[in-house]
Amino acid sequence: MPERQLTGTRLRNRRIDRGMKQSALAQAVGISPSYLNLIEHNRRRIGGKLLSDIARELAVEPEMLVEGTASAVRIPLQEAAGEFRSAAPEEARIDELVARFPGWAALIGAQHDRIAQLEARVQRLTDRLTHDPQVASALHEVISTVTAIRSTASILVDSEDLDRDWQARFHRNLDTDSLRLSESSQALMGYLDMNADAAAQVQSPLEIAEAEMAARGYAYPELERGEASPEALSADLPDPRARAILRNWLSIFVEDARHLPTEAFAPAARKLAHDPLRLARMFEQPLDRVFRRLAALPEDGDHPVMGLAICDQAGVVVFQKPMMDFHLPRSAAACPFWPVFQALTQPGRPVRRIVGLPGASATAFDCAAVARDFGPPSFDGPGQVVATMLVRPVHPDADTSPALVGPGCRVCPVEGCTARRQPSLLQDGA
Amino acid sequence: MGRRVLLIEDEPNIIEAISFILSKDGWTVHTHADGETAVDRVREGVPDLLILDVMLPGRSGFDILRELREEAAPDLPILMLTARGQQRDRDMAEQLGATRFMTKPFSNSEVLETVRALAGP
Repeated sequence: MPERQLTGTRLRNRRIDRGMKQSALAQAVGISPSYLNLIEHNRRRIGGKLLSDIARELAVEPEMLVEGTASAVRIPLQEAAGEFRSAAPEEARIDELVARFPGWAALIGAQHDRIAQLEARVQRLTDRLTHDPQVASALHEVISTVTAIRSTASILVDSEDLDRDWQARFHRNLDTDSLRLSESSQALMGYLDMNADAAAQVQSPLEIAEAEMAARGYAYPELERGEASPEALSADLPDPRARAILRNWLSIFVEDARHLPTEAFAPAARKLAHDPLRLARMFEQPLDRVFRRLAALPEDGDHPVMGLAICDQAGVVVFQKPMMDFHLPRSAAACPFWPVFQALTQPGRPVRRIVGLPGASATAFDCAAVARDFGPPSFDGPGQVVATMLVRPVHPDADTSPALVGPGCRVCPVEGCTARRQPSLLQDGA
Repeated sequence: MGRRVLLIEDEPNIIEAISFILSKDGWTVHTHADGETAVDRVREGVPDLLILDVMLPGRSGFDILRELREEAAPDLPILMLTARGQQRDRDMAEQLGATRFMTKPFSNSEVLETVRALAGP
């Protein structure tokens, strides 16, 4: 940790660095050498025009000489320089960087902090996998059981002359081991799920804003009533980037509620069986706004649980309200078969599909998606297409044949998928 | 009576499967499931080959290996079995004097071939 320098000390060091005599500097700025001496030994305060004059003579920005104003930026820069010495950063010129390019200096510092956060997160996840006694014990149980099953099954297949008693015995072993495997793997998954919150302690600004909305149940009645503002409701988030994201989403919420107020929209949604197309026609509102309002309805007996995903033109998920098994991956590319991505290819034309995740127990989802160009009309530029998808669970008894969508290639078990980008961890040879 | 192998392992169905395939190959298989008394069990009658699991109730397979190498069985061929395939476990096993290291889950043929190779002609 660098020693905090007082203004006078900093000024004196700068003068000495430049090989300038105290008397010469004093004369140049019109003060006595003894007074400058008092300033340099921090026995007189300095500011205003005198500070500007001295800074000019020392060829430095005044801010660089003032105690405290730059240290918050300088410290992470010094730490970053210390960690990447191979890049040969000019450490002696950090003050100059801070003074001359404060924005870039702040950016480097912020990136340094972010890297540290991400490293801490990776370390926590790694520790969990390698040192967590619960995980180690559960994995040991799973692997031991798999070993027994593999060995026993091989004996049954390879031993043609196995007598009936041994056959019965090994069949029983297979039965007990498969049950044990099922229980131990479920226990492992349960433990990992239980600890998901701990792993997510370091979140991106987007995740922080979403978590805040999730904690509120995506409901902001005070905004609808005009009793609070997006600024006020986002003010408590300490991260300014998360605050800005939340403020933006809440502003959209206010605008949506103005066109589709809950007192009119909720009973209509119930009456029309939450059919987004009919609601859009009834209220003469764009479909994506209807999707957002449906997803914001309270999850009670009157309204089914509904999820929402919004992605930008590059396919990046910029907002989502997860629901049941529905959750699009944030850090990895999602499955392109989700209708929200198909909607991106045909702005203005809605898409509706019944989809299901692989696995017998997975729920089928009724997905409706539409993309809209929010950019100003123009022949130039790429536009600002945003796709919005409403996700509703299909009743388990409904007679449907869902199209298959995946959870993301890395953890998707579907074989022979034409859209696969990378091998799955769940398949051989991955 | 065939050559003797002592299997120190606590998973009953792994014990049964390995015992079956080695017996079929002509070995006399003795088994022991407790880590704490494993060294005593070896001292009672040193086998031609020892198969030793790492995670045992009462005592780690690494501790047992260390003690065996120090006094009871410095030259006994020892095959270590573990559910953890990490390099540091392999290094530890090698450092303590394991003759061979095998990661679970393994195939029957792997076990059989390794046991035959370690026992020699």
